Amino acid sequence: MAQVSSISNKQSPTAKSIILKISRFNPEHDESSGFMEFNVQYEKWTTVLEAILDVKKHFDHSVAVRYSCRQATCGSCGMIINGKPRLACFTKISELDSNVITVEPMNNFPVIRDLAVKFEKLFDSHQKIKPYLIRDDTELVSDEKEFLQTPEEVEQYIQFANCIKCGLCNSACPTMATDSSFVGPQALAQAYRYVADSRDKGKDSRLKIIDDSHGIWRCHFAGSCSQVCPKGVDPAMGIQLLRGYMLGFRS
Amino acid sequence: MRESTIMKIHYGTALAAVALVAVHILMRLTMNYAESLEYENVLANYKFVPYAIMLELILVLLAVHGFNGLRVILLELKQGRLYEKAVSYGCLVAMIGLIAYGSRTIIMTNMGMV
Repeated sequence: MAQVSSISNKQSPTAKSIILKISRFNPEHDESSGFMEFNVQYEKWTTVLEAILDVKKHFDHSVAVRYSCRQATCGSCGMIINGKPRLACFTKISELDSNVITVEPMNNFPVIRDLAVKFEKLFDSHQKIKPYLIRDDTELVSDEKEFLQTPEEVEQYIQFANCIKCGLCNSACPTMATDSSFVGPQALAQAYRYVADSRDKGKDSRLKIIDDSHGIWRCHFAGSCSQVCPKGVDPAMGIQLLRGYMLGFRS
Repeated sequence: MRESTIMKIHYGTALAAVALVAVHILMRLTMNYAESLEYENVLANYKFVPYAIMLELILVLLAVHGFNGLRVILLELKQGRLYEKAVSYGCLVAMIGLIAYGSRTIIMTNMGMV
């Protein structure tokens, strides 16, 4: 499947070039994945996503890739770039310090085609842990207009509210690679985000959901999830703090 | 049983086993190490009731911790309702079997039947 394509006319005198190896796989008619190679021009600000879109524009429009915001907000363009899960829009080619850039679909996700993967399980796990505030009263019937929090109370969970559901943590997780039923670091970190929120009253029901044979106890604290998060969330820490609630060290 | 209860037992048995196995190893130092492992001295250990109780406790702690660890590893290797039930009950039965066999050895030796 390998091929090398390149544009002969250089776009800019400062542009350099790299070989972009893109994983190609269509489950409908391919038995295994292969790589196609493209010679791509880049500037020091060019991102991997821009390079892939350049390939789609000039060489092969059939390359499947999911993307949207191009600014690390939507969490759509997660993929394995040179062996590490990263957001393609948030990774500059120049910072990879390599003449060959390999892009593959994220691990631990079923492949739709090429670089696009299915997110159903991630969203199902996220939904399962009830990612919303649970309490009997609401702002509509209460005398107060809003649920007040001190800066210290906000500090308990705010880091975890930055999750963009890109799935990079689940892709890096070694437990997810073997245990297909494992709830995953993304959902566990979000469970902590709501359990630690002083406005939330659903702690017990949430802890019950993750207290399963494929729940929080299957995390081996490899810490890979925290290393790859593009938003600085530390799911590994969230999981350990959540364990503190389950073991009775936190209330 | 809830998974958190099982894991509390798992962590507790690990800590207790480390403490008791440390005592067990330190007891070898009460005399020359090779001498402490001679047949008559080993039998004497079994016949000393407090020591036999400690050996029984080590057996239970290690069996519970070890077979739960095995269960966890096997659950991570493969998934499926039937498989998971077989693994859980299989490990429980194996654990009870090992404790029963080990207890039989300790009791028989303690009572001078060996």
